Amino acid sequence: MQPDSAWAYLLPWEFYPAVVLFCGGLAWLYIRGWRRCRHSARPAGYAALVSFLTGLGLVYLVMHTYLDYLAQHMFWIHRVQHLVLHHLGPFLMLLAGPWEVLRAGLPVSARARWLPALARNRPLRLLYRGVQYPLVAPLLFVGLIYFWLLPEVHFGAMLSATRYQLMNWSMLLDGLLFWWLIFDSRPASAVGRLGYGGRIVILSLVVPPQILIGAHMALATESLYPVYNVCGRAWPISPLTDQQIGGLVTWIPSSMMSVLAMLVLLRRWMREREGAPLRQGSVS
Amino acid sequence: MKRVVWPLVLALVLAACGDAPSPARLRDIGALLPPLTFTLHDGEARTRRAADFAGQVVVLYFGYTHCPDICPTTLARLAGLVRRLGAAAARVSILFVSVDPARDTPAVLHAYAEAFGPRVVALSGSQEQLGALARRYRVSYGLGPADGDGQYEVSHSSAVFIFDPRGRARLLATAEDSDADLLAGIQGLLAAGGNERWDGAR
Repeated sequence: MQPDSAWAYLLPWEFYPAVVLFCGGLAWLYIRGWRRCRHSARPAGYAALVSFLTGLGLVYLVMHTYLDYLAQHMFWIHRVQHLVLHHLGPFLMLLAGPWEVLRAGLPVSARARWLPALARNRPLRLLYRGVQYPLVAPLLFVGLIYFWLLPEVHFGAMLSATRYQLMNWSMLLDGLLFWWLIFDSRPASAVGRLGYGGRIVILSLVVPPQILIGAHMALATESLYPVYNVCGRAWPISPLTDQQIGGLVTWIPSSMMSVLAMLVLLRRWMREREGAPLRQGSVS
Repeated sequence: MKRVVWPLVLALVLAACGDAPSPARLRDIGALLPPLTFTLHDGEARTRRAADFAGQVVVLYFGYTHCPDICPTTLARLAGLVRRLGAAAARVSILFVSVDPARDTPAVLHAYAEAFGPRVVALSGSQEQLGALARRYRVSYGLGPADGDGQYEVSHSSAVFIFDPRGRARLLATAEDSDADLLAGIQGLLAAGGNERWDGAR
């Protein structure tokens, strides 16, 4: 089941309108907003543009190309897919501090009516506050990784198309929420902004559980996820090798993202202390 | 907060595992895979559709006739088990879907199916038809590199999917499941009433 031409690798394995709407919509909003902000008092730089679009592009690639097929039939590629959906993609998107730019990209009517209405919506605000509560956010972040890796749950997610979609979207949305909290680029005076110290604590809290589950998979001597045997792997590879690589992907790069984020935060923290105002949409 | 979250996680886990009671110890896939739907051709080059098997328990297996070991042993085992059902065997069809249509022409399919007895139907189709079926049941297959004689290996899923007479996906068996479990699974599906409807594609 291989595409016959190089281009065909970029075609969606299964066509999901939601992915096209999500990625296309955000790209359109961001580029529009970025150009509008270009000559404003607080323009977003090229670095922010590249960071946001790279993150978004990576999310699209793992969800809507041949990689989606490979992720369904090779455990370690599934782990790479989740590394992008939960860590790398949202990390790069939120690193760009995209909210002002995205807001500027919205049509005026939406900015004037929908946004304030959304911000005033009480259940939505409560829900948002709940999931972004400093103790809940890391628990949700790690909990989702563990949940979808429970062997029984994983089996169902890999067999049922609906559950597979649910799994990938839950990882992406939680990734966006988590890195939104971490890279909150509003000024220190903003209501509800979590301090840098708190964010660094959260980042360090999520590392050990990820190392633990990654090591558990990398060092296991038996196959934990037989679903890939049942459905067939994308190419011949021993189940244990597949699982070991998958474990390493969960173990090392995922934890590294926390360290990288801490470095970014430390730098922002020092700048803020020195009194230099953060440039809108600044990447570092 | 943990007090709230963990019961929630547990509830989700239970919801994911605890679907309708399974008639046997095979894995219950009732909530996971869609009803039987395909368009393929058989050993007489006739078009066969899933609805042709309405009212039958369908045992679906992917393979190819040049397969050295797994396919013939699996098919022989399945055919032997179905034979043990006696008269009820007439209500079970074992569908062997070859993912290697280049070598498995209708004539080859016909001879191959015949070797395993009357309950085995060998099918194949165009790449699009096979791809659609494989995608639907989330199985993968691939052709290995050809040797000097143009022969090649084919990697394919080892799963045996079992559908009830309504065409609903119900059980998943693998090589590790015992004969007793497989037989009990098929018998359970045959015994369940209310099978007049057909849930798959027409």
